[in-house]
Amino acid sequence: MESNDPLIIAGKHYASRLLVGTGKYKDFEETRAAVDASGAQIVTVAIRRTNIGQNAGEPSLLDYLPPAEFTYLPNTAGCYTADDAVRTLRLARELLDGHSLVKLEVLGDPQTLFPDMPETLKAAEILVREGFDVMVYCSDDPIQARRLEEIGCVAVMPLASIIGSGMGILNPWNLRLIIDQARVPVLVDAGVGTASDAAIAMELGCDAVLMNSAISHARNPVLMASAMKKAVQAGREAFLAGRMPRKLYSAEPSSPQTGIIAPAAIAKAA
Amino acid sequence: MNTVNFNGQDWPLPEPVTVRTMLERIGLADKRVAVERNGQVVPKSRHTEVVVSDGDRIEIIVAVGGG
Repeated sequence: MESNDPLIIAGKHYASRLLVGTGKYKDFEETRAAVDASGAQIVTVAIRRTNIGQNAGEPSLLDYLPPAEFTYLPNTAGCYTADDAVRTLRLARELLDGHSLVKLEVLGDPQTLFPDMPETLKAAEILVREGFDVMVYCSDDPIQARRLEEIGCVAVMPLASIIGSGMGILNPWNLRLIIDQARVPVLVDAGVGTASDAAIAMELGCDAVLMNSAISHARNPVLMASAMKKAVQAGREAFLAGRMPRKLYSAEPSSPQTGIIAPAAIAKAA
Repeated sequence: MNTVNFNGQDWPLPEPVTVRTMLERIGLADKRVAVERNGQVVPKSRHTEVVVSDGDRIEIIVAVGGG
């Protein structure tokens, strides 16, 4: 699919600016239906141990989301050290036939799932050196984001609020600082709760939004996926269109101020 | 008894086998999985060469739903 406003990550063009996770759906049918409704071309997956000796014949996620149709973004969710994250992504690359686009996240704390930035930076350096195209989950600290970009990450992905919280865009000012300085795509990677949050992220100038729970935990995930697709598109168009300036406490009518049938009323008010 | 640690659990290993044979015995030979032996990825092209022996730590992973 070509678009005249593509998202470009690691040299590859994508028409959709919505990236979705594939976790926490009722079943694979619902996962597939939600991904289709979202229009996402990039889908995140987790890397986990197989259940040895159990259900060798059961269907897998890859049967429902064939790697030929989607760009996979294997993640390092659950990793708390740089070493574990690097090992996980080396295995992901082997699993996905040399695929290099990955999502790095090194967590610091199971309560908040906040990123451990020193470990994240360490893992990013190793992965970039090994030829991975690293999209990196990070704090909304412009200095950390810049460091990650300098290391060679292909996208920086600050949290908007805590992973899975649905609390929305809590610090638009920090996101703006990151967006304004970045020369690689900036994605909001966590915290979106509903469609307006996604639109706000895009209006701020984010290049794309990555979400999972906001769709999978909605009462109707497929309908929410459709809403998110529209919100991301609307937010992008609003950003490109450029919003009107804010005029605090200074009204300006949209209709002509002349030719009113009761000009006396204006004179009286003035 | 020789043992091999698969995904964090010890299993008996009657004799050293190749990674390929190991995958066949546990029914994963034709599945999309990736294998790590003692912290190093074993590329698919080397599954018939690399031997799993006593005390090895093997990880076998798949892609699952995640965000």
